[in-house]
Order: sequence, then C-alpha cells, then structure tokens
Amino acid sequence: MSGVLRTAGQFVAIVALFAGVAMLSSWPRWRQIPQDSGVMMLTFVHGADRKGECRRLSPEEIAKLPPNMRRVQDCPRIRRSIYVELDVDGRNVYRADLPPTGIAGDGPSRVYQRFVLRAGKYDVAVRMRDTARADGFDHERKETVAFAPSQLLVIDYRPENGEFIFR
Amino acid sequence: MISAIRSVLRAGFGLIERPFDRLFGPALNPLAQLGALGFFFFWIVAVSGIYLFIFFDTGIERAYQSVENLTQYHWFHAGVMRSFHRYASDLMVVMLVTHLLREFAYDHYRGVRWYSWFTGLPIIWLLYVSGITGYWLVWDKLAQYVALASSELLDWLPVFGEPIARNFIATGTLTSRFFSLMVFMHVAVPLFLLFIMWVHILRISRPKVNPPRMLAALSLTALLAVSIWKPAISQGHADLAKVPADVGLDWLYLPLYPLTTIWGNGAVWAFLGAFSLMIAAMPWLPPLRRAKAVEVHLDHCNGCARCAEDCPYEAIRMVGRTDGLPFPTQAQVNPSLCVSCGICVGSCPSSTPFRRSEDLRTGIDLPEFPLKELRARVVETASGVSGAGRLLVLACEHGAAAGRLEGTVVLPCVAMAPPSLIDFILSRNLSDGVVVAGCAESACYNRLGVKWTEERFAAERDPYLRARVPRERIATIWASALEVRRAEADIAAFAARVAQLPPLHMQSPLPKSIVAARKDRARADAGNEP
Repeated sequence: MSGVLRTAGQFVAIVALFAGVAMLSSWPRWRQIPQDSGVMMLTFVHGADRKGECRRLSPEEIAKLPPNMRRVQDCPRIRRSIYVELDVDGRNVYRADLPPTGIAGDGPSRVYQRFVLRAGKYDVAVRMRDTARADGFDHERKETVAFAPSQLLVIDYRPENGEFIFR
Repeated sequence: MISAIRSVLRAGFGLIERPFDRLFGPALNPLAQLGALGFFFFWIVAVSGIYLFIFFDTGIERAYQSVENLTQYHWFHAGVMRSFHRYASDLMVVMLVTHLLREFAYDHYRGVRWYSWFTGLPIIWLLYVSGITGYWLVWDKLAQYVALASSELLDWLPVFGEPIARNFIATGTLTSRFFSLMVFMHVAVPLFLLFIMWVHILRISRPKVNPPRMLAALSLTALLAVSIWKPAISQGHADLAKVPADVGLDWLYLPLYPLTTIWGNGAVWAFLGAFSLMIAAMPWLPPLRRAKAVEVHLDHCNGCARCAEDCPYEAIRMVGRTDGLPFPTQAQVNPSLCVSCGICVGSCPSSTPFRRSEDLRTGIDLPEFPLKELRARVVETASGVSGAGRLLVLACEHGAAAGRLEGTVVLPCVAMAPPSLIDFILSRNLSDGVVVAGCAESACYNRLGVKWTEERFAAERDPYLRARVPRERIATIWASALEVRRAEADIAAFAARVAQLPPLHMQSPLPKSIVAARKDRARADAGNEP
C-alpha cells in the first residue's frame, strides 16, 4: 500500500469514527412524554405548625440554663406532617403525608410530583391540611384547566398568601 | 465470571486490533494510543472552550442568544470551535470507555496496576460532570431537559432542603447568577479533571500523553471535516412553561437520563453506586497473584541505571551506594510496584549468560526465575531441538507462542532476555535460529517489552545486540494470544528460511560448568532408563 493511499485510508477510518460520534451527539431523539401530552406538577415547600405549643419557662428553669443560652420560652422544634391530596376529574391521583425535613424534623415539608396527562380540559382539585385538625382541609383550590401538548402546569403553594396557585 | 467476560472482550479486541495495526501500523494504531488521545482531546476541548468563552454571555436571556450568534454568524471560526468543543468532549468519552474496556480485557488493572485503575474512577465522574454542566450553559431545550433531569436526580438525595428542580419549572425563578455558577463549575471541574488525569499516570513510567504527530494531525483534520459537515447546533430556546418533551440527546454523555424516567431516580443512583463500587473493587476481584519482586545483587551492580530507565512501572530508583564499592549509585527496588516482568534483568549489563562462573548471577534478578535458570532452560530446551533449521523460541507468556511445547522457553516478558542470550544461543550452536515471540506490538502486556526488545536488537538502546550476531537468524514475531495460527505460520516460514542458510561459523564452546552439568544430566537420564 503506497504511503498516500495508506494515509487516505487512515483518514477515512478516523472520519468515519468521528462522524459516528457526531451523529450520536444528537441522535436518536429522545421523547420523554407521549406526543399529545403534557406534565402537571404538584410541588411546594411549606412548613406546617410546630407539634407542641411553646411553654414559658419558670425562673428556676431559666437560672439552671447556661448564661449565654437563657431563654424565656421552650418551643418544641418538630413540625407536623402535611397532608395533601390531588384530584383530577374527580379521581384521586395523589395523596400523601409529607413529613418535615431536617434531622430534628423542624424543616419544611416538600413535595415534587409529576403527572403526565393527555392534552385536554381537566377539573383539578388540590387540598392540604397543615394544622392539628383531624379532618377537613386548611387550604383547597379547584379549577378547570385547559391542558395543551407539552405544557408544564405547576401547582404551587404560596405560604405568604396561604393559597395554591396554578401557573 | 469476570474472567469469562475478560476473555470475550479480549477476543473482541484481538479481532479489531490486527486490522487497525495493518492500516495504521503499530506506532499509529489508535487503540494503542487511547490514553494519549484522551489527553489530546482534552486540550482541544480546553482551547476551544477558552475561545468560545470570549463570545459567551452569562445572562439568563443572553446565554442562548450569544451561542446562537456564534453558531449562525461566526460559524467559520466560533461555530467550528463550538463543534470542536462538543465533538472532542464526546471523543473523550469514547476514548475513556474504550481505554477502560481494553485495560480490563488485557488484565491491566490488577496487581500494581490497581492505582491507575482506581484513579480512573474519579476521571469518569469528573468527565461526565464537566460535560453535563457544559450542556446547561447553552440554555436551549436540551439544556432545560438536562437541568431538570439532573436536579431531579440530585433532589432524590436527602441533602437539599428545597428541591433544586423547582428553579427550572417556572420563568422568573432562575437568575443570571445561576449561569455564573455553571460557568464556574464548567471551568473548575475540568481543571480538577486534569489534575486527576495527572494523578492517574503518576505511577506509569513514560506515560503516553501525546499521540504521534501524524495521528494528531489526522484527528484534527477529521474533526474539522466533521465539524463542517455536521456543526453542533442548539435546539431552540429553553421555555420553562413547556416540557422539553422531544430532544436530540447526546447519547455519549447523557445515556442515563432516559433511565431516570424509565427506572426512576433511585434506581439510577443505585446503578451509579453499584458501578462505581464494582470499578473500585475490581483490582481485588480476585487479586493478582504475582511472583516475588526482583532483587538487586549489589556485588554485580555498578549503578548504571539501565534497569531504572527500562522499568515500565517506576519500581526501581537509583539511590546512594551503601556497600562501599566505588560507584555513586545502586538500584533499589520498590517491591510494591514490581510486577516481576524481568525487563530489568534483560537491561542489566551484568546479565550475560557467557559468564563462566559456577553460580551465574547478575545485578538484578528474579528470585523465582533467575538468569541462571533461564540459561539452564535455554540449554535444556535446545538439546531437544534437532533437524535442519533448528529453532529456539523465546516466548512471552502473554503472547501467541506461550502455549508452544517444543523448542520454546517461556518468559514473563521477552524483554527479560538480555540480547547477549541470543548471541549465546547462536554462538554456542544451541540452535540455527532464534525466534523472539512477544505480545502484539500495540498491546504489549508490560507496555514497553516489545519496544525495548526492538530497540536493543537495533542497537538503539543499551544493552545492544552485538553486531556479530547474524540478523537473518533472528525473527521477532509480535502476536497476541489469539493469533496462534499466524505466529505458528511465521515460525514455520522462518524455520524453512533458516534451513536454507549456510552453516554458522561463530561457535564457541559452552562454559565447562554447563557442559559438565549436561553430561551429569545425560548420565543420570541413562541410569534411569530401564
């Protein structure tokens, strides 16, 4: 094999390999949800009430504490779990007790759930209980949403307003 | 199980390496340059990345537009650089995966080689983190998908208080600061990767970090051709109100991303953990059993440093003389780095089988297969070879001739045989020709055995094969364990050629000690006969 032919062969082999790599860098395409579908996402971060009430410490108890750690009240850190439900067209698609985060259980509860739905109109209802009540809900929202293909509908909760938002 | 997988992979590499050897020649064979090509592509990625950074704008709205501008309006320089950046990164993954599989196939990961194997694991992680952070910067639909899937994967770990993924589900939640952070990560992680790449080759003598110029030039030209043919482009501006439902995925960097949807994030983490654990533990599954490390015999060592020069594993270093002999240095072996390949024995000028002393000793020797034993085996094996074109084969235990029964002396590496051994064989009329049969040129088990042997025979490297040794009576055959048929055909052809040669007149008698030992053995054999 002459030198030029051999070099040409080497070049062709390398180009073929590189072309294969270039192809693989964007092909085949990946479709994560069906063509006429979108994603409804229920996600929020919200801290429920503390499990116990704060208790006023007696002067003796305060005196027993190290001087730099003296406080008037003793408040339990641990928070309650949040109970949440999501219904779509009257059918329950999600319900969960969301425990507080953090090692001491004093962090907010969090949820991040995806639901793939076909495009169309849906009656969506979301409910949440974040207090000590045994039944019923503290926050609730019902809405009819028009769901477009590839749409990302986020159901979030705004603690500052105490309400769910659909966006 | 591991050994069966290794055998299958080795057979696979054996099948593709020979055609590559034919096309490229052993010196340019890309399969023998995987590490060096990895470094080469890293530098291409680094240079093209610096160039692209000149044009890149780190704002939430401007990032995508700046990448589009350089791709559309400055395609002939910045656009090409973008493609260089993308494809060279992808090629790094290809080099890494092939390198990993090949080292596994050829059992180059156990024993003292555990270090390079083990430090390869962080390289895998860092390379992928570098690539994935790069995809975020473009801020197109693929970037949105990668951002969302990556943060969902990270959110599965109970580390973050608030899900990171919430930053990528609504417009207004993401700030330009995020891009500054990603740029920082996309620079810092590759720098750390480079550091670990350096750590990875620390224990390797003469690591190949630059491919041959011709291969580098061909690769660069091919990269340019592919960049013009199929430029790297964006996939439309990210839209946080929509799901990036259909994306052109980089299957080299993002093959696990679809699995986060199919398997779930927990399963992907389990897979990644199991994979990393397996890679980390493999050098000890099971550990490599190896012969005792070489020993230095100071009374035969003049501190010439050839053994330290030739050791492929940095297992020998020269230290100050300790025995009072008038030489400044002596060799010192680090047993934990020695693989007992014997290359140092072949490099030692004291390793000459012509020595007439009763107890043949050399400056550095394998305790379990000393030079004396090698000479005895050569003499013994030669006595069983007869007829026209008598051949003696010095075979590497990892090469094609390792399984031969007749006229063959098997060594841990052919470079263990000092060139004077060839002279000894021919001048003592032990055979009419000598075959040195090692591993395939591009897949030498001990990395430098083939190279050192060739250079010694060509009188380019100490110790030389003496000029008086007739070269037409020596054949070097480099063939892997899968190429037995080819090796046998070459040996047979060489035997036929040697049979046609006129008688050799360079004989000199065997040392008296060997002749006496032979006679004793013959007498003993005769006495044992019924």
